[in-house]
Amino acid sequence: MSQAIAASAKRPTAFGDALFAGLVKAAGIFVLLLLGGIIVVLFIGGLPAFRQFGFSFLTSADWDPVQEVYGAAVPIFGTLVTAVLALAMAVPLAFGIAFYLTELAPLWFRRPVGTAIELLAAVPSIIYGMWGFFVIVPIMAEYVQPFIIDNLGELPLIGDFFQGPPFGTGIFTAAMILSVMIIPFIAATMRDVFSTVPAVFKESAYGLGCTTWEVMRSVVIPYTRVSVVGGIMLGLGRALGETMAVTFVIGNTNRIATTIFGPGNTIASIVALEFPESQSGSLKLSSLLALGFILFVISFIVLAISRMLLKPGAKS
Amino acid sequence: MSASVMTSGSVPGPAKDVAGSVSLGRRRHRTNTIVKALCVGATALGLVFLASILYTLLLRGFLGLSLTVFTTSTLPPGSHGGLLNAIVGSLIQTTIGTAVGTPIGLMVGTYLSEYAQGSKLGDAVRFVSDVLLSAPSILIGLFVYAIAVAPFGGFTGIAGCIALAVIVIPIVVRTTEDMLRLIPVALREAAVALGAPKWKMIVLVCYPAAKQGIVTGVLLAVARVAGETAPLLFTSLGNLNWSTSLAKPMASLPVTIYQYAGSAFEDWVQLAWVGALLITFGVLAINIVARYVLRDGK
Repeated sequence: MSQAIAASAKRPTAFGDALFAGLVKAAGIFVLLLLGGIIVVLFIGGLPAFRQFGFSFLTSADWDPVQEVYGAAVPIFGTLVTAVLALAMAVPLAFGIAFYLTELAPLWFRRPVGTAIELLAAVPSIIYGMWGFFVIVPIMAEYVQPFIIDNLGELPLIGDFFQGPPFGTGIFTAAMILSVMIIPFIAATMRDVFSTVPAVFKESAYGLGCTTWEVMRSVVIPYTRVSVVGGIMLGLGRALGETMAVTFVIGNTNRIATTIFGPGNTIASIVALEFPESQSGSLKLSSLLALGFILFVISFIVLAISRMLLKPGAKS
Repeated sequence: MSASVMTSGSVPGPAKDVAGSVSLGRRRHRTNTIVKALCVGATALGLVFLASILYTLLLRGFLGLSLTVFTTSTLPPGSHGGLLNAIVGSLIQTTIGTAVGTPIGLMVGTYLSEYAQGSKLGDAVRFVSDVLLSAPSILIGLFVYAIAVAPFGGFTGIAGCIALAVIVIPIVVRTTEDMLRLIPVALREAAVALGAPKWKMIVLVCYPAAKQGIVTGVLLAVARVAGETAPLLFTSLGNLNWSTSLAKPMASLPVTIYQYAGSAFEDWVQLAWVGALLITFGVLAINIVARYVLRDGK
């Protein structure tokens, strides 16, 4: 009889365990399906456009709603150029911030400054857009762009990239705003991996008479370089898909700009702007979903690389 | 003999080249000082950006801040409208989005930390969740548009909630998994030794122990979705009239800010700044509270 009691007491327990395990596993599978669903839905939505234009969808620079001809070349170009330019500006600054926070700042100062930098990441994208449009664009038009055009515009070979009318908006301004937005992500990753360097490594280098910078350059960076690249890729992934901030300042023109001050667009900005004007079931909407699919593929690759590099155990 | 050779200075080497090593040392320290100064400069620049954003918001938003903003819905330009419908719409969508996304995220985090150690499926789920965490939010908007708006023939508040829930899930997953992993094995073993089944051990021992971390994750998720604009453009669309119906287009602060900031009417632009002020300080306050909660727990 005591066995019967034990058995009956055991059964609901086993059942509860199986139920709970099944529930959480189902939730995990749901997340897998969610990502799969996003890929499939965007692809199916973009299928009419892919079918209509074929491979030339990727290479055509047309975006003509009147004649129903759409191509993705300009937004893809704009997305890659703004993201890479943003990275070029953000990485040195983020490195400086991470270096300061891990090695230079007084201990009591690290937490408030670190929090303030992290708060930059919490400011909503649309606020960056307004700030960029009402504060940064006038500064760019008034001071920064004329200065760069005067000083770099005459250089041989590269001078052409720094010419054009100083409107304030354009690819360069968009990249600048993007860089401010991704600095906190890159800086936080760098700070976290810099602090994983064993103190004894750094102390040995200091013991040999190295300066702080030499310790950073010859010990900390070689030790953490894989994760640092992972953090940079994370920033790149963020920059590729930013929508609202870019939409405000990039100028929104479907033309491949020949200078970095020229207007342009990105996949995200063209989708946000053109979407309200496209009817359900139209070729235009399908083209926008196809653009979304392309953006997803690009950011998926970048984020996958980032994650592989940042995975614990990848440091070597 | 060797001593005389050494003092004659004919043996090359940095140790003996006094002038050379002094200048080398000076150069090294100069480089060090320059790099340090640049790093301080970079940090200062980062802080200047934050200060500039906050200052701009206060400067432009504070002027338009009045009681009407909270008591009146959006009205045509020139008729002293407020932001009431946008504020309420944002609250509704953020609340429902978080309420839907949090339990799913919590379960996925539990699965990853408690059930999927070393399993292939677990690795895949963790990878996918991390990709979702950083995936462009505009694509989540397009996705929800395609599954929840287009088939039903109209923009709805509920579609906005779904889009926000999708964004909430990976944030909660990340913090839940990290926090559950921090719980000492001894605590789990104590619960199991008392005869508790695994699910009771997780729900009654692990969750309370990880409470602060999980709350932090949820707060961060709220802060993130409260400011999201792009996914709502394609799902709840925005609504200039008062409406709390989830079956109709629903206003939200970020979308209203977007519509108003780009308009040509001065009072609308002013209202956009007020909205921007409200949303930013709200979001930053939640972030600071979240950090405070986590720090208290440690």
